[in-house]
Amino acid sequence: MGEGESGHRKRAIGEYRTAGEVEGETPLSTEVTTEHITQLGADELVINMGPQHPSTHGVLRVKLKLDGERVIGSECVIGYLHRGVEKIGENRTYQQFAPYVDRMDYVAAVSNGLGYCEAIEKLLVVEAPPRARVIRTILTELQRIASHLLWLGTHALDIGALTPLFYCFREREEILKIFEKYCGARLTTHAFRIGGLQYEAYDTLEKDVERFCKDFTSRIVEYEDLLTQNRIWLGRTKGVGILSAADAIAYGVTGPVLRASGVKWDIRKAMPYAAYDQYKFEIPTGTAGDTYDRYMVRMEEMRQSRLICLQAIENIPTGPILAKVGKVLKPPAGEVYHAIEAPKGELGYYVVSDGTVQPYRVRIRPPSFVNLEAFDRMVRGHLVADVVAIIGTLDIVLGEIDR
Amino acid sequence: MQPAVQATMEFLKLYWVPLLCGVIIVALLPLIAGYIVLVERKLMADMQVRLGPMRVGPHGLLQPIADALKLLIKEDIIPENSDALVFWLAPVLSVGAALLALAGLAIGPAFQVAQDINIGILFVVGISAMGIFGIVLGGWASNSHYSLMGALRSSAQLVSYETAAGMALVAGLLFAGTLNIKAIVDAQQSAGVWFGLLSPVALFTYLVASIAETNRAPFDLPEAESELVAGYMTEFSGFRWALYFLAEYTNMVVVASVATTLFLGGWLRPFASVHWLDFLDYFPTLLMVLIGVYCLIRVPKQPSRVHQLFMLAVAALCFVVALVLLAPVILPIAHPFKAGILGSFWFLLKVSLYLYLFMWLRFTLPRYRFDQLMRLGWHFLIPLSIINVLLVGIALIAGSYFQLQGWALLLATTPAAVIGLVAAIVLLSVEQKTHSAAAPSAAADFYGG
Amino acid sequence: MADKLIFYFFAAIAVGGAVLTVTRRNAVHSAIFLITSLLATAGVFLQLRAEFLFIVQIILYVGGIMVLFVFVIMLVNLDVSLQQLQFSRQKWVALIVALALAGQVGVMFWSAEKLPGQILPGVTAAAADRLPPNSEAVARSLFSTYLLPFEIASILLLVAMIGAVVMAKKRT
Repeated sequence: MGEGESGHRKRAIGEYRTAGEVEGETPLSTEVTTEHITQLGADELVINMGPQHPSTHGVLRVKLKLDGERVIGSECVIGYLHRGVEKIGENRTYQQFAPYVDRMDYVAAVSNGLGYCEAIEKLLVVEAPPRARVIRTILTELQRIASHLLWLGTHALDIGALTPLFYCFREREEILKIFEKYCGARLTTHAFRIGGLQYEAYDTLEKDVERFCKDFTSRIVEYEDLLTQNRIWLGRTKGVGILSAADAIAYGVTGPVLRASGVKWDIRKAMPYAAYDQYKFEIPTGTAGDTYDRYMVRMEEMRQSRLICLQAIENIPTGPILAKVGKVLKPPAGEVYHAIEAPKGELGYYVVSDGTVQPYRVRIRPPSFVNLEAFDRMVRGHLVADVVAIIGTLDIVLGEIDR
Repeated sequence: MQPAVQATMEFLKLYWVPLLCGVIIVALLPLIAGYIVLVERKLMADMQVRLGPMRVGPHGLLQPIADALKLLIKEDIIPENSDALVFWLAPVLSVGAALLALAGLAIGPAFQVAQDINIGILFVVGISAMGIFGIVLGGWASNSHYSLMGALRSSAQLVSYETAAGMALVAGLLFAGTLNIKAIVDAQQSAGVWFGLLSPVALFTYLVASIAETNRAPFDLPEAESELVAGYMTEFSGFRWALYFLAEYTNMVVVASVATTLFLGGWLRPFASVHWLDFLDYFPTLLMVLIGVYCLIRVPKQPSRVHQLFMLAVAALCFVVALVLLAPVILPIAHPFKAGILGSFWFLLKVSLYLYLFMWLRFTLPRYRFDQLMRLGWHFLIPLSIINVLLVGIALIAGSYFQLQGWALLLATTPAAVIGLVAAIVLLSVEQKTHSAAAPSAAADFYGG
Repeated sequence: MADKLIFYFFAAIAVGGAVLTVTRRNAVHSAIFLITSLLATAGVFLQLRAEFLFIVQIILYVGGIMVLFVFVIMLVNLDVSLQQLQFSRQKWVALIVALALAGQVGVMFWSAEKLPGQILPGVTAAAADRLPPNSEAVARSLFSTYLLPFEIASILLLVAMIGAVVMAKKRT
């Protein structure tokens, strides 16, 4: 993921391959067509889920090949939310492109912004001042909690537990209030700037974060009371969607999905960025690689994020919040790949600069896109009712997959 | 003409109470079911840290009427290749069976449509079993593969749990000795103890089976929206869907009433035969007075004039009901109505508690997958209910051998209940062991294990 | 008078339902009319004060056997069979057999009227008044006089259930 080609020309629209096709591989759709069902009891049939479906978390179309009740093959058709973000990136200046990255993983916009700003800072060979880095860490960890809360609520809702959704959104509301106080927006925050931050931390930021973190422990206990030891929850999630560590690495899966399969890999520890090297936190891993382990891993990650926030607000350094980068950004020609640990996995930015105010190429490696590749492996052999649980446990956001 | 008119007058004089009950059931029950839905939405909101419907009417109390109006004026969409006769018939069968089952139930000693029939409980169970046709035919008439699969699944679930429910009822009937509803409640009065206390395993089994019978969470996979198979109700729009919905909530009321009659003492107050506890007869009045007082306290805190007037009206209504409940206890001329009026209150209170439990479970528990659901029914509930019948039978024989009556019967049935509990735990653990997937460590091959 | 009206009401529905059952092309319609016919028969039981038989007819016949019929009808592809004319070959044989049967039934009833010594089980509503409550009567006779046939029938049902389960299991 690092080599660029010299003389690489920009592709015209229309030359890009259709999303979902892989060169050299016959996709599932040419083998079995979605036929009109006249006979029940047919041994193999192909059914279609989505793109409009309450549980696919966006516009995702899943073709399932069934043998009776069991899934024996699947194909995800994506591209319904493709907005040409990477192409747009070639026609905007570096600062102008920053709001666009928020809209990819719209659930965790702050992380997207962090990755992008740090990638451009790497190109410019500048470092954000310490104060900016710490505040960035606090906001990103709060965003991680918010993203996991949304995941938990919707995942539980798909499996049938109606109540955790509202409890999770109650907490998420607190976090979004903090974001709104900080930068004026709740969802697509554009919180960071290239070189640091634009807005100084508002007066009560530390108090707000501290109050949220103090309340949060009892709230997590609420969610766990409802789900963790619940017989029905265990029955629906244990042993469902198992992904072995070898498979996870082979598919390039990252994030909580990888950690639940037992691989202890977190970019915050392996290649620290922002202020993560200053704080002590654990990397939770699972053992079985099933849906239950992914649930436990994300719950523990929320607790660890809370710990990072508490450590960070104790000691926010004073000083400037924006490095001297100038109004017009013209990074020297070159390329950079910078990856961060977004809530959903490794979010990577590969930026190629040709010395002008607009990047030559902005390529985004979305974690959900790569994680979705493992869906086929995870869903085979399961019943149709488990498909929804497995889609939920991957924690995908279509905005990020399709860009 | 004279003899015909005379015959009609005779008929009316004899049967005016059942006829009135019948009219009330058919005319009022849609409204009552609508308000049960509103109660469920408000309860759900309360448990989910929100408010629920608040806009239509004060505190959302006119919401069911708005919903009913909306459903009535909706376009009636009929799928193209569907079977017209069956499409029309399916919701009608569901609702008809549910409403007819209500005819066999008694709120008080005199409030019963099918008065004093010999086969009371069996009638209710049998007629509500006919509701399965409404589901199966509804799925068929939709002319959609997914609806049909959902309908067949739903009816398979209903049929499976009917067996468990029936065996649980048998355990209760062993104590009662009769199928007649009035006689069952009278047996509980003469025994002095509710049959649910005598056989808690039967009550528990019936509770779980009745949740599955009415397609409620956690057994509502066939009608959940996030599932792939769409469910039998999908193609029915507007009023037809309202009929299905009405049938579901009426079924809930029916199973709650059956459980109350057989296990919770019907229209008896707690400790009905203990006469030094007769002051409990004032409890209904006290409860309504407390609710009225609470409404009065909240009147000044209401946001607008309309809301304040409304709260006052509710408080006044509570006080009026309290007076009505007080009259049979105090006034000697109203004594014959005591069992009827107070009995109705206790019956409705118990049914409400049972329904509250249904709703509480719906908001708390996730959904079972269909195969897990069927496994639970066949591998756990049916064996448990059969074992329970055996144990209750043995307890009864022991009881009659030692001449145990009333409360003393608990001496014989409590060991039976304990053994039943042990059997339940054993059954559950056996099922866990045979079904649990022994998942190897996912990272074993990666970390060189 | 009311008794007669009620009886003829149920009888008409039963006969009408039976006729419609055999004349419909659509198998699901046939099943529905068969259900109607069975319910009307249950009504006749009820009129004869045999309330236990009434409810057992509904629970077992309508709620059990007809549900099974309907399941099978819906799970089997019927498009093929609908296109074939089902009654082409047996029409005339069926007519002759039905006429013979009707003749025998008519002779039976006519002879009962003409010959006073014949004893027909003529149960009218008035006679039914003197019967004990139906559930208890059935229970008493099942568990005392007919205990052995009852147990044998139970074992037969158990064998049938086990056999069905064994046959339905896939060979792994």
